[in-house]
Amino acid sequence: MLTITHLVKKFGDLTAVDDITFEVPDHSIFAFLGPNGAGKSTTIKMLTTLLHPTSGQMTIAGIDPVKHPAQARKNFGIVFQDPSLDDELTAYENMEFHGVLYGVEKKLRRARIEELLNVVELWDRRGDLVKHFSGGMKRRLEIARGLLHHPKVLFLDEPTIGLDPQTRNHIWEYVKEINRQEGITVFFTTHYMEEADRVAQAIAVIDHGKIIEQGTSEEIKAKTKTTSLEDAFIALTGNELRAEKGTAIDQLRMRRRAWGGR
Amino acid sequence: MAVNFLISIVMKAIYILWLRQLKRYLRSKSRTIGSLGQPVLFLVALGFGFGPIFEKAGAGNYLEFLAPGVIAMSVLFSAMFFGIELIWDRQFGFLKETLVAPVSRLSIMTGRTLGGATVAAAQGVIVFILSLLIGFRPERWDMLPLAFVFLLFISLIFSALGTAIASLLEDMHGFQLIMNFLIMPTFFLSGALFPLAEAPRALTLIAKFNPLTYGVDGLRSALTGIGQFTFSHDLVILLLVVICFFSLGSYFFHKIQA
Repeated sequence: MLTITHLVKKFGDLTAVDDITFEVPDHSIFAFLGPNGAGKSTTIKMLTTLLHPTSGQMTIAGIDPVKHPAQARKNFGIVFQDPSLDDELTAYENMEFHGVLYGVEKKLRRARIEELLNVVELWDRRGDLVKHFSGGMKRRLEIARGLLHHPKVLFLDEPTIGLDPQTRNHIWEYVKEINRQEGITVFFTTHYMEEADRVAQAIAVIDHGKIIEQGTSEEIKAKTKTTSLEDAFIALTGNELRAEKGTAIDQLRMRRRAWGGR
Repeated sequence: MAVNFLISIVMKAIYILWLRQLKRYLRSKSRTIGSLGQPVLFLVALGFGFGPIFEKAGAGNYLEFLAPGVIAMSVLFSAMFFGIELIWDRQFGFLKETLVAPVSRLSIMTGRTLGGATVAAAQGVIVFILSLLIGFRPERWDMLPLAFVFLLFISLIFSALGTAIASLLEDMHGFQLIMNFLIMPTFFLSGALFPLAEAPRALTLIAKFNPLTYGVDGLRSALTGIGQFTFSHDLVILLLVVICFFSLGSYFFHKIQA
């Protein structure tokens, strides 16, 4: 479903993604793991037409997202790592906006919005402006929105960050369900290793922009001679903490929070 | 059949983006009311303040002259602001949501620009009504539709320009620069506040290259019957500028990477 060949992305001197090559089979659930700043989100941005690669090739369902971005966009959906809701719209309006933009036909759209808002337990709050939601509620809404249209590939960039175990469970059950029923390929990143262990059929580990290991959870554990994926991950990526440089956007978000909205 | 389907998707995308802008506008009442303060202040302070001098100089009623200029000003400010709001969408992530959607960037840009222009035109109409309360009287009421056309042109031009500029900016740091070096000069050097005919040559020359000059002139001619150029002259230039800025906006918007 996805092929990535010798993909490189440089930002000035920094090589965020350093010549990575891997494949994601059709209809699989694939975990893309790595410490902060390893290059996960940059890779996803390139796959989803938001960034141009420095060099290398990619295909999504056989389509090159660099040469044919509009066609590629028809085949994937994404839940971003950072917030991407419109605070001034209600939960329902955010869903509706997404559905219309993705060409989901009206009857199906209405039915799915209700179903999904129930999955993330926001149906009762559908008429509330998103700016009044807590962080966890926003995250849930964002996931519901990402699942509204059923594409060939679904990218989930740390979808369950900051959510309680019950909600995480709900969401993964739903994701597994649509993967099984509709054969949607799921490509996700997470820092919860037990999630990857439980859900993913195949895993790739990236660090410093390079793929350092791939295989099933069992294969990776066997190779690193560890008993849990968490231990395997630490064995592969080392113990030191990763610093992520704050961007202008993070600074502005802080300022906005300090000013209490707009 | 397939073409019809495609058109309907594009129209729906444009519509939903337009609707979003409108909803945001209707919900931000404090901003709406706040942005009416400046034009009212201009009308009252300048209109009544300079009125007697203007009259003594034999140029007639200043409020009649000023009101179309201030209406144009409120449209200019609103349209630029709603175009530049794109930067907020980028900062707070919502832009990404639209950029990965399977609709062309052109339709996203079109929907946004039309939304911004609609809201700016609404602001202009509100300021027009306020100016009536302050004492402004249009010369001919049957010319109001034509005045509205000029209002729409100003809205579209600066909404598209705002989008074009916002596409190039990463954050709001450049906003002051745009305010002081683009929006303010556009307003002051447009004939909104004083007749260009009597102004020094350098000023009139600059004003000639300012699209707002033709918007203000058309609006003023329609509302008060006093104008420097003919309607067709104003309209042709405004139309060309709309096409030009819209293409520019689409081009820069197309180049955005997140």
